Amino acid sequence: MNLTLDIWRQKNTDTKGAFKTYAISNISEDMSFLEMLDVLNEQLVEKGEDPVHFDHDCREGICGSCNLFINGRAHGPNIKTAACQLHMRSFSDGDNITIEPWRASAFPVIKDLVVNRGAFDRIIQAGGYVSVNTGGVPDANEIPISKVKADQAFDSATCIACGACVAACKNASAMLFVSAKVSQLALLPQGQVERKTRVERMVAQMDAEGFGACTNTGACSIECPVGISQDNIARMNREYYSAKAKSDNLE
Amino acid sequence: MSWFTKAISSSLGKKFVMASTGLFLIIFLLGHVSGNLLLFKDDGGQAYNFYAEFMTTSPIVQVLRILTAASFILHIIYSILLTRINRKARPVEYKVTKPGANTEWPARNMGILGTIIFVFLVIHLRTFLYEMKFGDVAYVDYGDLGRVKDLYTLVASTFSIWWYSILYIVMMVFLAFHLWHGFKSAFQTLGMKHRKYTPAIEKAGYAFAIIVPAVFAAMPIFFLIKSLG
Repeated sequence: MNLTLDIWRQKNTDTKGAFKTYAISNISEDMSFLEMLDVLNEQLVEKGEDPVHFDHDCREGICGSCNLFINGRAHGPNIKTAACQLHMRSFSDGDNITIEPWRASAFPVIKDLVVNRGAFDRIIQAGGYVSVNTGGVPDANEIPISKVKADQAFDSATCIACGACVAACKNASAMLFVSAKVSQLALLPQGQVERKTRVERMVAQMDAEGFGACTNTGACSIECPVGISQDNIARMNREYYSAKAKSDNLE
Repeated sequence: MSWFTKAISSSLGKKFVMASTGLFLIIFLLGHVSGNLLLFKDDGGQAYNFYAEFMTTSPIVQVLRILTAASFILHIIYSILLTRINRKARPVEYKVTKPGANTEWPARNMGILGTIIFVFLVIHLRTFLYEMKFGDVAYVDYGDLGRVKDLYTLVASTFSIWWYSILYIVMMVFLAFHLWHGFKSAFQTLGMKHRKYTPAIEKAGYAFAIIVPAVFAAMPIFFLIKSLG
C-alpha cells in the first residue's frame, strides 16, 4: 500500500504546530496502524529528521495510551477498537490519512500527537477511589452483590481512560469517562461510604479542568474503544443531583 | 457562594436547568397546541375567542404564563452559558471531522435550531400576544355570552398572507428538529434512564416532535386554504 499521511507536528506545548505531509510506500495491510507509524519513524530517523511522537504502550487495547484522531474519528474508522488494534487493511491503497492529537484545552499537546491527560488523573484523585483500612483479606463472596449490579459495575470499570470520549465530543466533554468511574464505585457496596462526596468532588474537578458539558449527542459511546454506554452519564447525573440535594457537604 | 449556587453553576447544574426548563416548555407546547385546536372549530371563531379571553385574564393562566416566560429566559441564558464553556473546552478545532459517523444532525445543532426558534418566538409574540394585549384588536359581541376581543379574525387574516404562513410552516420544521433531540435528551440529562421506560420515552419524544409541530403547521395551512376558497 502507498499512502499519504497528514500528521500534526508540534515541537512542544508552547510552540505552534502545523500539519506536515509524508508519503509512505510498501505498507502491508497486515500491519497495525502503529506499526505503520513505526515504519515512517524509522525512515525519518534514517534521514536524520525528528520522528513523529505518539503515545503507545501495550498495543493490545488495554492501556489506553494510543490516542490518535485518525481521519476525523477517535481511534480511526472502526468501532470498539483502540488505534493500536486498527490494521492497515481498514484503509485502501492511495488513501490520504490525517492524524491529529486529541483536541481539548484540558489535554495540552506535549509533542506532535502526544497529549497530557493528567486532567484524568486529577479527577480520579479527587474521589475515584475507595478508602479502606488494611486488615485481613476478606473471604470471597463475603459481601453479597447481585449478578446484574456486578456486571454493570464491571462494564463501567472497563473504561481504559484513553480520552476518546473527550476527543470525539463536540464539546470536549469528559462526562463519559467521569460517569464510568463514578458508576463503577456507586454500583458496588464497597463504594457506598464515599458515594455522595465522590461524585460531588469528581464533577467539581472535571469542571475545574475545563472540560465541556454534555449535549447527549452520544458520539462518545460510539467512539469509545470499550463501548462505555450512555447509561453511565444518566447514572452520574442522578448521583450528582441526589448528592447535591442530600449530602452533608456545604461546599 | 452557597452550596446551592455552587451546585447550579456546575456543568451538571446548568444542564439540570436546561433539561427542566425544556421539559416545562414541552408541557407548555402541549397545552398551546391543544387550546389552539379550537381554531379548527366551525363556529366563526366564537369558542376560540372565549378561550383567548380566558387565557389572557384567568389568574392561574397568568401564573403559568410567568413560569413559561421564565423557562424560556432561563433556557436561553443557560444555553449561552453552556455554549461558552463548550467552546472554551476546544480552542483548536480538528482539521478533519466526521460528525455524521457518530451523531444525529439535530443533536449537533441544538444551538442553531434554538436561535432560529427564538427569532420566530419574537415575531410570533409581536404578531399575536402583543396585539391582543396592547394592540387594537376589534371587539366582537356574542350577545348574552359577552363581548370579547376578536383574536380569531386576526389569526385568520394573518395566516391568509401566504409568505407569513410559509414562514410559520418552515419554523415548525426547525421546532420539530429541536424537539427530536430535546425531548429524549432532557430525560437523559435528568438521569431518568431505565431499560424499562427509556425506549417508550424515546418513541414518545419522536412522536411528539413530529405531531405537535405538524398540528401547529396545520393552522396556517387551514387558514391559507380557507382564504383562497
